[in-house]
Formats: sequence, structure tokens, C-alpha cells
Amino acid sequence: MNIVVLVKQVPDSGAERTLSASDNTVERASASNVINEMDEYAIEEALKIKEAHGGEVTVLTMGPAGATESIRKALSMGPDKAVHVTDDALHGSCAVATSKVLAAALGTLNADLIIAGAESTDGRVQVLPHMLAERLGIAALTGARKLTVDGSQLTVERQTDEGYEVVTAATPAVVSVWDTINEPRYPSFKGIMAAKKKPVQTLSLSDLGVDAGEVGTAGATSAVVEFSQRPVRSAGTKVTDEGDGGTQLVSYLTAEKFV
Amino acid sequence: MAEVLVVVEASASAGVKKVTLEMLTFARTLGTPSAVVLGGAGAAAQFKDKLAEYGAEKIYAGEGDDVDGYLVAPKATVVASLVQQVQPAAVLLASTQEGKEIAGRLAVKLENGLLTDAVAIDADGTATQAIFAGAALVKSKVTKGLPIVTIRPNSTTPVAAPAAGTVEQLTVSVSDTDKLTKVVERVAEKKGSRPELTEASIVVSGGRGVASADNFKVVEELADLLGGAVGASRAAVDSGFYPHQFQVGQTGKTVSPQLYVALGISGAIQHRAGMQTSKTIVAVNKDPEAPIFELADYGVVGDLFKVVPQAADEIRKRK
Repeated sequence: MNIVVLVKQVPDSGAERTLSASDNTVERASASNVINEMDEYAIEEALKIKEAHGGEVTVLTMGPAGATESIRKALSMGPDKAVHVTDDALHGSCAVATSKVLAAALGTLNADLIIAGAESTDGRVQVLPHMLAERLGIAALTGARKLTVDGSQLTVERQTDEGYEVVTAATPAVVSVWDTINEPRYPSFKGIMAAKKKPVQTLSLSDLGVDAGEVGTAGATSAVVEFSQRPVRSAGTKVTDEGDGGTQLVSYLTAEKFV
Repeated sequence: MAEVLVVVEASASAGVKKVTLEMLTFARTLGTPSAVVLGGAGAAAQFKDKLAEYGAEKIYAGEGDDVDGYLVAPKATVVASLVQQVQPAAVLLASTQEGKEIAGRLAVKLENGLLTDAVAIDADGTATQAIFAGAALVKSKVTKGLPIVTIRPNSTTPVAAPAAGTVEQLTVSVSDTDKLTKVVERVAEKKGSRPELTEASIVVSGGRGVASADNFKVVEELADLLGGAVGASRAAVDSGFYPHQFQVGQTGKTVSPQLYVALGISGAIQHRAGMQTSKTIVAVNKDPEAPIFELADYGVVGDLFKVVPQAADEIRKRK
């Protein structure tokens, strides 16, 4: 099975994050950048399917030149190769434009199965898998906590608020996964060394036949007009339980009218 | 005034979700609300009264097996053709997994911008979004096409405003491509009568400190006494103490209740990302240095297995 995993480089959610003062896009240049955590689960799932059914795993990333670091890290887990879509004109692309570019790149890769993390930690928009399916005219099985592959037939347990749904489709398809689906492997030393030699193909907008005016800040379909940091929450009252902590807690809740 | 389409979030068991009523409330500042019910046959009739009570002048019914039996795509097709037909001022959807997915497909179909996770929307369609785990606020605008905006639950207080609620049946016409992903089964997992996590005004969550699945009954007991929902930290979910759909945090649900009670939760950034916009935060943790105390309005340093049962008894006494 020919599997493509979508990998995004994001600012570390454990560190300070901000928007760039000049154009209100996510500040990536000065941030500590990492692989989007959920994408590691997507890579793991792809590798497991390859191990069980054979095939090839390709990492697809759209991002600035510096995203190479995350691509090598992804490859060190075991994928065979990577495609890096990078172009200065992509800076500031909205979700609609991003899906256009990734769909164009996927058009060159002939994937049976496209696996993505359910959301990124920077945007948390969750729309990309369905946008890609819409553009490519293929199935989308999103929010998977379990994926079963039987020949060309895919079955997913999709997490919902009430419980889960069982959804099925045939390949080609886009699947997005939550972090409950597996436990991602750590790259081995051998994997890290091998990743340095794995092929990484770079594609520009003109390689993909996408007009620069349709992407980036120029082609964005939405814009941030105002940005402000929230006031930091400050600590309130802290008491130490000396036998009546529960009673004191309820007195507070009563004073605040929750009881 | 132009129509504003509100894509209804509801389920047969829970009825019309609170976020739908919030959307109808927001919609009135943008134009005349029209609810769009997407589901099996008879769905609109089931939800009609509630939608009318909260201001739906019209209720469009996109019903049938073609809508209900497949994942997301048919719903987006129905909404897209309705948009072309009525030229609304805006489309509002719930910021839930499915609401966002419909919005994403709609945006591609119409080559239109979209904004997700809005906590407020102005009369001109400008949306306020909490970003970076609630650490910052932005105001954003759709600059291409009409505003397609998904609204996060618990963003506003629903206000009733009775309207006609005239049901208009839509002709559902979806392509084979829309029917590629079949929904074979819908399985409800235990929740009892507790409110929905993202919509609850009180959430009581347990973390690693709860120490076992069985012990979660301490968390559930307090939640039930307060009429709240139960949540869990990632550490608790990863340890198998509580199911994933109740996970609060960066890789789970974002909640913004009036009261958030954190029991045995240290307050790692992963967790704070999902709850730090809560109005009041209360924490019980045995570690006085736990970061959760930095954002708690009221904190008790102590053993949750002593503090929480005592609190439960005290609430019963006061009731």
C-alpha cells in the first residue's frame, strides 16, 4: 500500500507562542519548532500498516525551509522518503489555500492511503483532512481511535461525543487519527543515521502548477485584524487541608453560588 | 434582513445541544436566523419547537438516509446548495468535530474563507477566537466570500426569542462521491444523565492523582452533586482510568465552564490548554508546588480522597 503521512512543523506548545507583529501570522522564525505531536501517531499508524501489508511510506510536509528538521525527525521513525513543499509565497496561507497546495502535491504521489493527525497544536482547526477529500474526490474517515485495513477496505472507529461511530470506505482515502490509536515508536540510533540519507524531494508552487496569488497572505480567505495577549491568570487563595479542607472548599463554592 | 444559516447540532438522545441555542442567539445580531437540520427522516419535527423558541424563523430540513448514513460529505453538499439558493449573510456551525468538518468542506466547495473556534461574533461577521491554548485573543474576518464561522460551546448565554419556526423540506441531492464513507454503526458509551462535557457549566476533572479507574467514582460523585460533567487529564486517560472522549486538554476537549474543579491534576501545559479560560478554577492536589495552583482561584493542598468525600458530605448537608 502506498501511504502518505501529512506532517506539520509547529511551534512547541510547551513554550511561549505568539503572532508575528508585522502580519499577524504564527511566529515560526523565533519559535522552538517541533513535529506536531498528533502527526507522530499518524506516522506510527502508517509504519504499522506497511509492516503488516507491505508498501511504502512517504512524509509530505508544507512549510518553510526550516521544516527540514522535522522532516528528518519524521524519517528517523522509519518512513521511506519525504516530499517538502516549500515556497516563500506560501507564508501566511489559510486552511483553504493549504488544502489546495497539499491536494496538488498529493496528485503527484498516487497515494492509496493518506494519514494525518486529527489536529495541529497551533491552529487546532481540524478541517484539513475533509478539505483534501473534498478536493481529491476521495473518502475521508476522520477522528480515528482505531483503523483496520482489509485489502482495499478501511474500517475506522471514529471518536464522537457520545461514544464512537464505525465508518467504512475503500481506498483511496484520507484518515485522521487521535493519540489514542497507538503508541509512537522512538527513533533508533540506526533510524536517525538512516534518515540522513533518505530522499527528500523539494517542490515549489510552480512545480505544482499552483498560482502564487492563490496562496499565502496574498490569497488568504481570512485575516486576523486584531491580536492581544490575555491577562495572565493569577493564583487565588490556597489552603492546606488540616482535617477540614473539604468543608472549607464547600464554603468557597457556596460563597460563589455553585452550591 | 438577510437570513443567517445556523447548522443545528443535536442528537436524538440529547435533543438540541446548547451550542445551537447560542448560535441562534448570535445569529440574531447578524440577520434573521434560519436553522438547518441535517439528519434522518423526522429530525426537524423533533427539534422544531426548541429551535423556534430560540429564534429560528425558518427551519430547513435536509433529511433522509443519504444524509444520515454517510460521513459529513452529504451534509456539506446540502448546506452548500442551500447557501447558493438563499444567499445568506453568514453560516454558523458548532465548533465540534463534525461542525468543523462540514465547515471545511463548505469552504472548499464555495472557495470561501472560514473561521473556527469563535467565542464571539460581531454584527459585521468579525469573530473573536481564543488561540494558543487561551493565552491570546484575536479578532478575525473572512475576506473571501461570506462569513462561515464555527462557534465554540459555552460562548454566550442562550436567549429565547420566539419565532415562527416554519419547516421547509429540502430536496436532498448528493453525489456518489459524497457517499464514499458509510456510517455502519453508532455506539453510545456510558455517560449517564450528566451534561455534555463541552457544554456543561460545571466540570469536575480527575488526573493522575485519582490513581485508578475505580477511584474515579470519587470524581463522579462530586460532579453529580454539583450537576456537572466529568473530565479527565491526559495522564488519567493514558493510564486507562477514564475514556478518551472525556479528555480535557491540548489533545482533547477545550472547555470553558463557569466552574472547573481539578482533582489530582498537576496542571501541565497540555491540560491547561483545555481549561484555562474557565471562569472559576478550583484545585485539590497533594503537591503544594503543583502548577495548577498558579491558576486556581481556590486551592486545597491535601489528599483528594480525604478532601473530596468530606466536600461531598458537606454539600449533601447544605442541600
